This record gives sequence, structure tokens and C-alpha cells, in this order.
Amino acid sequence: MKAKDWPDQVYETLKGAGVRQVGYVPDAGHKRLIELCRADKQLKSVVLSTEEEGIGLAAGAWLGGARSALLMQSSGVGNCINALGMMQECRIPLLMLITMRGQFGEFNPWQVPMGQATPGVLTAMGVVVHEANTGARIPAAVDTAARLAYGSYQSVAVLISQAVIGIKSFQDQAAR
Amino acid sequence: MKAPLRRREVVTALLKDRSGLLVVAGLGSTAWDITAAGDVPLNFPLWGAMGNAAMIGLGLALAQPARRVLVITGDGEMLMGLGSLATIGVQQPANLSVVVIDNERYGETGMQATHTAWGADLARVALACGFKSAQQIRAAGKLAALRAAIHGGKGPHFAQVKVLAEKLPLVLPPRDGGLLKSRFRKALLGGRSELD
Repeated sequence: MKAKDWPDQVYETLKGAGVRQVGYVPDAGHKRLIELCRADKQLKSVVLSTEEEGIGLAAGAWLGGARSALLMQSSGVGNCINALGMMQECRIPLLMLITMRGQFGEFNPWQVPMGQATPGVLTAMGVVVHEANTGARIPAAVDTAARLAYGSYQSVAVLISQAVIGIKSFQDQAAR
Repeated sequence: MKAPLRRREVVTALLKDRSGLLVVAGLGSTAWDITAAGDVPLNFPLWGAMGNAAMIGLGLALAQPARRVLVITGDGEMLMGLGSLATIGVQQPANLSVVVIDNERYGETGMQATHTAWGADLARVALACGFKSAQQIRAAGKLAALRAAIHGGKGPHFAQVKVLAEKLPLVLPPRDGGLLKSRFRKALLGGRSELD
């Protein structure tokens, strides 16, 4: 399997980890993975109106005996801060897969503050951060993050680098 | 004009003979209300995460489709997570009910008026988001039907129950989040939950 097929491998990793619910706010970097999850009738794929809802979803799933994963882009991390406190206080596992913006070659300056603050914000709220900087490394990072989250009852985030996702250029799109 | 409903009586009526009902309560007054009706392991009263009660109910309802799930929360808590009504509307969990105990106040912070005091109609929001039923309730005579829907009707159901704005003695559940989670899971999932 090629590195660019990381979403397919991550999907298999999530299935292997016993994930039954996937909450998401769409991001271009998660497009393929969301499609794979939505096509799987064994998974409950839940489109969220804001990322914070995904923390509640994950907490409820765990109370009900189900494992989950939460997909978002880095700008959504800020929306989750207070709710993350619940996961720490209750020791409820949380597995977040976060595609990065505001990082390598970002064109939209409004994405930069939250993107740059993302690891620090997560760490401040007790979330363990795993960074994956190449497509080839993402599946293994998700696998170890799932093991840490569900083996040791931790909140764990995998940050998928913008170097993997690519740079969204509105200038290029506007010129076309 | 009939006497206004009182929150503790409403919650006690809805939880009467609750059997295996799974209950999530929003932080503040509704957490005290469900505790006053009986502190049992299948209660998950929140002490934080304001705005998230309905979503916790959704995750639980999707994980346990054979069980009935009830979220009881306040108007202030529901207003902070209005988007979750749209999210629940997409999922259509037949086993989930959301009941807002609406005193039109932020009860724990000085009884300041919430948006519902100016008429924000949460039941119409829920209906517009695709809930199977959504109503405003002002009379005790409607509570039996609501209880029946919570325990057996095809949901998702929503009710906004208008109650008297009153300060009542606090009836506090345990505060330890780890304890609340573990006792809930053990009561629902059995001893195997401790080895998960």
C-alpha cells in the first residue's frame, strides 16, 4: 500500500481497534476517511455541527460500552477545550485525528494562530499528542494512539501534518 | 391560570418506575433534580461540560440501541449546545429523549434570565431539526404521555417543560467523575466493563 493511501490504512486501523462510532466535522484532509466510514454500515458516522459535540459523543459512547474516534481539523481544537476537561476528570478514553492547518506553507493567515497553538492547547488540557509528519507514519501513529487511549484511558490526539495534507491555495483556485 | 409546574415534581414523575432507563443530566439544577428522585448508578449527572448533555445522550443511545436514554437538562445548558439538536435530528435515534426543564433562568449563577425568558422556543427548534415529537408542556396532565414516550415511543423525542423559577435545597450527587463513569458502566455493562 502506498503512503498516499493512508486514509484506507487508518480506516482499517480504526476497525481493528474496535471503533464503532466516528464523529466528524469535515476537513479536506479527512475527505477519504470520512467516505470510508460513512460507507461502513457497522460504524455510526455522526456529522457534528461543532467539534465540541464530538467530545460529548465520545463520552456517551464510552458510557455505553462503545469505542469511538473523532475527526476534525486543527481549528476545531479550540472549540473542544472546556469539554476536554470532562474526559480527564472522568478518565474516559478519547481518540482524536486532527488534520493540521496554519502550519507548512499556509495561505490563510486566519488559520495560523489556532494551528500553531494546537499542540500546546491540547497538552494544556491533558491530551497526549502524537505527531505524524509523513503519510507512511500516520497508520502506525493512529494504532499506537488507539492503544494508549483505550488501553490506558487517556485522551490522545494524532496531529496529521499539513506537509501530508498539502497546501490549500485560494489564490490558485481564484486564478483558475 | 393553572398552578405552574414545579421542577422536582416533574422530574420525579418522569423517573417514576424508571426500570432500566439511562439518564444523563445537565450540570446544575437538573443534576440536583435527578438526584433528589434517587441517586442510582444509571444516572450520569454532569458537573461540567456545559452544552454537552444532549450529545452524551446521543453517544449513549447509539451505543445502546436496545435501551431507552433520557437527557434531562436546563434551558441554559441546552441553549449552549443548540447545534446538537440538529446533530440528533440527522441520526434519528429512536431510543433517545431530551427533556429541558425550563425555568427561564441561569439558576446556579444568580437566576439571570435566559433566552427562553424572551420567548426562544426550543421545542420548535427541535421540531425543525427533525425530532419525531417536540412540545412545550405547561400542565401536569401532559406528563404521563411524555413519560410513556420516553419509555417506549419511537423517538427522538423532545420536550420543553416550563417550570416555576424557584431556588430549592441542593441535593448533590457524587462529584468524582471517575466514580460516576465507572458505576454507570458497571450497572449497564456488568463486571466486564472493569476489564475493558
